[in-house]
Amino acid sequence: MAAMTVIEAVRATLDEALGGDERVFLLGEDVEAGGVFRATEGLVAKYPGRVLDSPLAESSIIGLSIGAAHYGMRPVAEIQFADFIHAGFDQLCSEASRWSYRTRGDSWLPMVVRTPWGGGVHGGQHHSQSIEAYYAHMPGIKVVAPSFPADYRSLLKAAIADPNPVLFLEHKRTYRLVKQEMEGAPAEEVIGRARITRRGEDLTIFAYGLMLHESLAAAEQIAADGIDAMVVDLLTLNPLDRETILEAAKATGKVLIVHEDTLTGGLGGEIAAIIAEHAFEHLDAPIRRVAGPDIPPMPFHHTMESFFMPDRAKIAAAARDLAAY
Amino acid sequence: MTQQISLPGSAMDDPGSEQLGLFLYQMQLLRRFEEKTGEMYTKGKIRGFLHLYTGQEACAVGALNALREQDQIVTHYRDHGHALARGVDANRIMAELFGRVDGLSGGRGGSMHLYDVSKGFLGGYAIVAAHLPLAVGLGLAARMQKEDRLALCIFGDGSVGEGEFHEALNLAALWDTPVIFFCENNLYGMGVRFAESLSTQIPKLAAAYNMPAVSINGMDVLEVYRETRKAVEHCSAGNGPYFIEAMTYRYRGHSMADPELYRLKDEIEQYRKRDAIEALKQHMMERGMLDQAGWEDVVRRVDKAVDDAVAFADASPEPGLDTLYGNLMAEPTDD
Repeated sequence: MAAMTVIEAVRATLDEALGGDERVFLLGEDVEAGGVFRATEGLVAKYPGRVLDSPLAESSIIGLSIGAAHYGMRPVAEIQFADFIHAGFDQLCSEASRWSYRTRGDSWLPMVVRTPWGGGVHGGQHHSQSIEAYYAHMPGIKVVAPSFPADYRSLLKAAIADPNPVLFLEHKRTYRLVKQEMEGAPAEEVIGRARITRRGEDLTIFAYGLMLHESLAAAEQIAADGIDAMVVDLLTLNPLDRETILEAAKATGKVLIVHEDTLTGGLGGEIAAIIAEHAFEHLDAPIRRVAGPDIPPMPFHHTMESFFMPDRAKIAAAARDLAAY
Repeated sequence: MTQQISLPGSAMDDPGSEQLGLFLYQMQLLRRFEEKTGEMYTKGKIRGFLHLYTGQEACAVGALNALREQDQIVTHYRDHGHALARGVDANRIMAELFGRVDGLSGGRGGSMHLYDVSKGFLGGYAIVAAHLPLAVGLGLAARMQKEDRLALCIFGDGSVGEGEFHEALNLAALWDTPVIFFCENNLYGMGVRFAESLSTQIPKLAAAYNMPAVSINGMDVLEVYRETRKAVEHCSAGNGPYFIEAMTYRYRGHSMADPELYRLKDEIEQYRKRDAIEALKQHMMERGMLDQAGWEDVVRRVDKAVDDAVAFADASPEPGLDTLYGNLMAEPTDD
């Protein structure tokens, strides 16, 4: 198998899902033409009538998916940018999340909402957001945010097969930036599992999406100084893999959590709380977080954007501090 | 107990005396059920927020009886009447209002979130207009599966101000989905007259999205039934969505907590003179389809059904907290 970029992995998985299951269909803005990032390119020609351009109506894109999923279809909705998904917040959080619960399992919703998230593309305030914390807060929705193409492939496949609503987050900066030889690459097939991507003894870094790649780069930088960092790819943000998180935290006793989402109320707080509650005696230093600053939007200007985004240098600096504690 | 009837023939067929008898029974059941529900609320048997359907019975009974077994229903939070008219077990509805184990969702849902998937009754929704896109999704699934099945989407006049109302109508028409949009216009969105929150008329909005749109007398069960039958035929023939505005009136407040400072008692009295149950009763009596003894029999049977529902609910145990985490997520299957 050849090497694939993230966007190629997403497209190939959608293609395979449409080909393998007649109940699967795609809907979203511009998906027939391939979408802004070309994730659905060529699919309408191959699967006519099953790739549907919707009006600009995010709430209804998700609401329709609920209705269709109840009646045996397997909708895969695309929200063009994660920044636009909040118009459909109610459908995901007030309706989809509790469908199985309110019907006590008489009905379920095999539906996926895919959306490109994250910054680093000079998109400014309405094309750069990290939205995961709002949705990962909601029991009843699975939130998946892979980092490597092989995991995009296996986890998107798992999301489409899942009988529950899954919010599948695709980091837009990594779409073409990250390429991976697929043959032999580790591919997580189960939603809800994290992976220790790099073994290390001195400290543990938790990250996902673009920040996972920056964390791995930072780990290489500090390795030159003799600091050996473990790096954990969270992969699924709801439910969090508490077992792997605790195992990895206990292994080094020093924890650094990285996300580009703003600091306050970000997932880092939840991960820190899990570790503080269940692995307190194993800690040798206060838990550290490297995150976006508490500023509402990511600014447009490239220097300001760089200031906002965590990167390998900031992660390496925090890791050195932590290792020296 | 109510039962779902299957109706052969076309929309133009007038219901016969047997069917009118069923309509009368059901409307009286809805009325009495709600009166009893209000009573149980004041007794503390039912807690929380309670919205009674009293006055609007012709809408539920006319519309739901026009549907077929395979059709699906989503509705708003004033949903007891719709569930009853669909033939959902009154005992289990009352048990749900009491929050008991034998309730439709074992006490998870309560008054505003009834459902019975086996009856195609997919629930009451208490986020205004949020269920309109769902209905279009149900219709879209039917269209993609090439099955003759439609979604009846019931909502109030308050929904019209929500963005999802417009999104859903546009999508339903654009994608030719079999959806009957059924607006119960009871004149008030809580305490605000609908005319004060809408710059136009509701059917004009629906017509603008390119679907048949009518405004009918929602206090006349026959008119509601006939119009909904037309809508069923329209959707079933693959002609896309259909919009009905049924002008109706609720006799009680928005909820049990509503002091009703926004309307005069006279207004309620005026509407009570057009009461749907009285109208059908008279209609049937004038045509020799019903006599006083027959009416008393309806009352007696309904009273018993409602008393039975209360007794059933009262006897049903409180849910154990060990059920709290069940069905949080559906389990993956090989399907």
